[in-house]
Amino acid sequence: MPAELVLAIFLLPFFSFAIISFVLRPFFNHRPLLSGYVTIAAIGISLVLSIWALIEVSGAPHHILQMPDYEWVVIGDTVIRIGVTVDALAVVMLIVVTSVSLMVQIYSLGYMKGDGGFCRYFAFMSLFTGSMLGLVLADNLLFLFLFWEGVGLCSYLLIGFWFHKPEAARAAMKAFLVTRLGDFGFLAAILLLYAKTGTFDIGELQNLALTGAIGGTVLTWAAIGVFSGAAGKSAQFPLHTWLPDAMEGPTPVSALIHAATMVAAGVYLVARMFPVFASSTTAITTVAIIGGFTAIFAASMGLVMNDIKRVLAYSTISQLGYMMLGLGTVGVGISTGYISLEHGLALGVAVGIFHLFTHAFFKSLLFLGAGSVSHATGTFDMREMGGLRKAMPWTFFTFLIASLSLAGIWPLAGFWSKEGILAASFHYVPVLFYLAIITVFMTAFYIFRVIFLTFGGEYRGTDQGSHGLHESPVVMLVPMVILAILAVVAGLLPINEFLGGESHSFFGALSHPLAWVSLVWAGGGIFLAYAIYGAKWLSAASLRQRFAPIHTLFSRKYWFDELYENLFLMRLLVNGIFAALHWFDDHIIDGAVNGIAGGTVAVGTVVRRLETGQLQAYGLAIFVGILAIVACVFIFS
Amino acid sequence: MNIYLLSPEISLLALALVVILLDLFMDRKWLLGVVSVVGLIVPAAFTVALWGTNQTAFGGALVVDQFSLFFKLFFLVVVALVILSSTDYAHKFAAFRGEYYAILLLATTGMMLMASTRELISIYVALELTGISLYVLTGFLKDDKSSEAGLKYLLLGAVASAVLLYGMALVFGLTGTTHLREIATAISAEGLLSSPALLMGIVLLVAGFGFKIAAVPFQMWVPDVYEGAPTPVTAYLSVASKAAGFAVILRVFYEALGPASLDWGMIFAVIAAITMTVGNVVAIAQSNIKRMLGYSSIAQAGYLMIGLAAASTTGSSALVFFLVCYAFTNLGAFIAIIAISNKIDSDQIADYSGMARRAPLLSLALALCLISLAGIPPTAGFMAKLYIFSAGIDSGLVWLVIIAVINTVIAAYYYLRVVRVIYLGAPLSEERVPSSGALRAALSFACLGVLALGIYPWMVLRIAEVAASMLLP
Repeated sequence: MPAELVLAIFLLPFFSFAIISFVLRPFFNHRPLLSGYVTIAAIGISLVLSIWALIEVSGAPHHILQMPDYEWVVIGDTVIRIGVTVDALAVVMLIVVTSVSLMVQIYSLGYMKGDGGFCRYFAFMSLFTGSMLGLVLADNLLFLFLFWEGVGLCSYLLIGFWFHKPEAARAAMKAFLVTRLGDFGFLAAILLLYAKTGTFDIGELQNLALTGAIGGTVLTWAAIGVFSGAAGKSAQFPLHTWLPDAMEGPTPVSALIHAATMVAAGVYLVARMFPVFASSTTAITTVAIIGGFTAIFAASMGLVMNDIKRVLAYSTISQLGYMMLGLGTVGVGISTGYISLEHGLALGVAVGIFHLFTHAFFKSLLFLGAGSVSHATGTFDMREMGGLRKAMPWTFFTFLIASLSLAGIWPLAGFWSKEGILAASFHYVPVLFYLAIITVFMTAFYIFRVIFLTFGGEYRGTDQGSHGLHESPVVMLVPMVILAILAVVAGLLPINEFLGGESHSFFGALSHPLAWVSLVWAGGGIFLAYAIYGAKWLSAASLRQRFAPIHTLFSRKYWFDELYENLFLMRLLVNGIFAALHWFDDHIIDGAVNGIAGGTVAVGTVVRRLETGQLQAYGLAIFVGILAIVACVFIFS
Repeated sequence: MNIYLLSPEISLLALALVVILLDLFMDRKWLLGVVSVVGLIVPAAFTVALWGTNQTAFGGALVVDQFSLFFKLFFLVVVALVILSSTDYAHKFAAFRGEYYAILLLATTGMMLMASTRELISIYVALELTGISLYVLTGFLKDDKSSEAGLKYLLLGAVASAVLLYGMALVFGLTGTTHLREIATAISAEGLLSSPALLMGIVLLVAGFGFKIAAVPFQMWVPDVYEGAPTPVTAYLSVASKAAGFAVILRVFYEALGPASLDWGMIFAVIAAITMTVGNVVAIAQSNIKRMLGYSSIAQAGYLMIGLAAASTTGSSALVFFLVCYAFTNLGAFIAIIAISNKIDSDQIADYSGMARRAPLLSLALALCLISLAGIPPTAGFMAKLYIFSAGIDSGLVWLVIIAVINTVIAAYYYLRVVRVIYLGAPLSEERVPSSGALRAALSFACLGVLALGIYPWMVLRIAEVAASMLLP
């Protein structure tokens, strides 16, 4: 496959962004649909090219295509080359990003219809898709980091897409700040690795880590720094707080960016740097523990949310935790010697990324379903829904398939990928396995709670609304049906083997006792949801009362928002120091000029103002500064 | 002695005089701007023609090497852009256009001499020629704020000059010479390295020059002066004046005080860390865009000083490259602001709300420049930071680079906030924002530079390396 075509995979969406921004939006704003078509065409071609790349890679030795690289930056004697990596991991990600993106763009044609920012929306979506594809293909950390920031920027722009809503603007800022916190660590790690090795090339860094050329402490700190970036993007504890708020953006954005692709970038990064992580026991154990804990921690909050998108958001965090858990436990297996290095490296990536692959389809479908539901009811609050099964059969049916897949019911996609993670944690870190299996129960419960609340029973919204209940237009339903098919069959595709994992036969998987354990737990979760919200054998209200402290704990999200906003980020920084500086600037500096001189302006402003002492203060500061430097120099030298 | 070596300065001085003379006769004052810009071709041509020479004149006080020629061309390009962008602004002092352009050209002459002198007294004279022209330009609007800014700048500048002279006196007293290279020889030969008096001299020189480049704690004049001065002059101050300061610092510290680089490297490193942090943190609280860019330029000076702290050839070439990137970026930002604030008559960031719909191209340019200032690729600002940070790492200043990286993250917040206001805010009115062809040309040039340096920096980088390699014997 020619290298130009591989580059075209991520350049095409950028091209589409440019066309929309510089041609369509200025000159053809009266025909907004054009921008949607351009986006869809560009991403469609990217998808075709990605499939081509997949075929080429599966036939190539070691599943790697050799690509030329280019000299990019020369610093002193160091030459930084950039190029693309086209291996199994990269092409699987390409398929995920392009296919989900294509479905979401088609859906958006219907969902965003009539919105004043239609062109802007598709421009940002193109920009995002291009950046995400670039991130996946990048073969060095610096290059990867550029796209990493690019997708973060798009996420910020798209969360705040409806900027006139104050919550949206606030959520965008929160996402920006919280993920930045993680990016600090990532950038520091990149610099640290560069300072120690003189390279940004991921392949070289992997080799240096495996051969032990990077020292223990350095490696550990670097890996933990990279993980902090990954945790920020993938909303892992304790940087998870931004993702639920990010639901303020348009729903297709949530489906693409905050369910299937960008949030999975953190998992991808850990998989891409897996040899580095696996070489440090501390780092990989951290990944496993954070992943396992996040999975159950986020699921517990998903149990009680009333906003359908928030349930899905917590579910996403929880599932991303699963992926980290899969990567982490296999890595722990490697470092404790349970599994050979060579086998383990491939297995870890396969376990984590296979779940990323299946999750992308069913979770984006769940979001699109939620969007379809709100399209009809005008709300995301499940307390004002109910009985939508009859009015919206297609939405219901596809949502049900995705939910079963998420719950991990055989033989849907989620079952196969979740099994791999459960098996890995069972074999290598049994403690985390127990957390994971409880999470299976919670997952099944919360997603079927959504089903029964939304589609079961009678409609609880306003009377006026009930007349308007209608199925969504075909342009929205077609992508949902395609994704539903993928949510069924994605687990049966030989992706796991392609990435180097173990294969299972269709029925053979059921011969494993672990499969039955997880199916029983998932079935239990579904049954409990039915008992409470479907058949109403148990009263949700009285349960809530009985378990009031736990319910409050979950629904207040463990008070993390309050903790962060009151103690750390906002209050202290924004309202404290910055406000103080602002006050200082307003009252002392400007006040010295305006306030004091205000009464005597008429007399001769310039000279008067100079007598307020301000200038003398400046002069004094110069000399104090000199004295301070002199003092420092003589003390320290 | 070869008078030809001084031809760029002489022709520029002549151009300034021609502009003043023409001002007496000509009725169509707008032509003065045209004459100034077109006239700049002459000194620029002389500068380019001299490229490659390496000679001294006036008993070694003046040196024409690729370092000085690089900076001369740099100042000529900057002043050309500033004059172009002034065409939309000059109506505010319509009666004094001729003087305005002439003084700008004189300030540039001073800066070219600053980059070209290798002797303490000549440095001081060139510095004052520049300084006095800039004081006048700052007060050029003659309203309250502008006059106040001019007077403040003058008085504080005088204090800084005094400090600088004191430092020079100490160095001269110890070494017995004012020629930079002889000072270096004397320091090594007479074992002055551990002398407290030399350290004191170095500190005073740092303080004196620190005022020019607006390093903390010598930066207090910046916000007031930037806010009060006519906006094109602010742009000129923030770019050319700062660059001239760095050119002189490079010359003095590398050539004369090279043997003591351990001492001044550490001083600059600490000041760099403080400067960038203070600049960025205070910039966050600003609501006036000129003030914000003032603090931003303080922060940028902090990044630039990493190149000084590195005290290596990589450091100085990274610094020179950073200056070029910074010049295009900051000029672009200021030119866009000139056009916008001309129309809306306000420098408040809040008033830029929804500007993307009233002035799509100006907004795009401004956004590009702000993104470059934030150091986000694919812009010049990113490349510049990359180089200067890696120079810092090469010299073992990992702690400083980490502080700098943290700073760029903080800085992204306030730069992108403006971008957000421009693109996502609701427009305050539907009126379009007009701009003249000259201004648009200057802005396009600056933006092209920002992109070109971000994507293909090699050519400029090579030249910067050649220029910087002139400094060490």
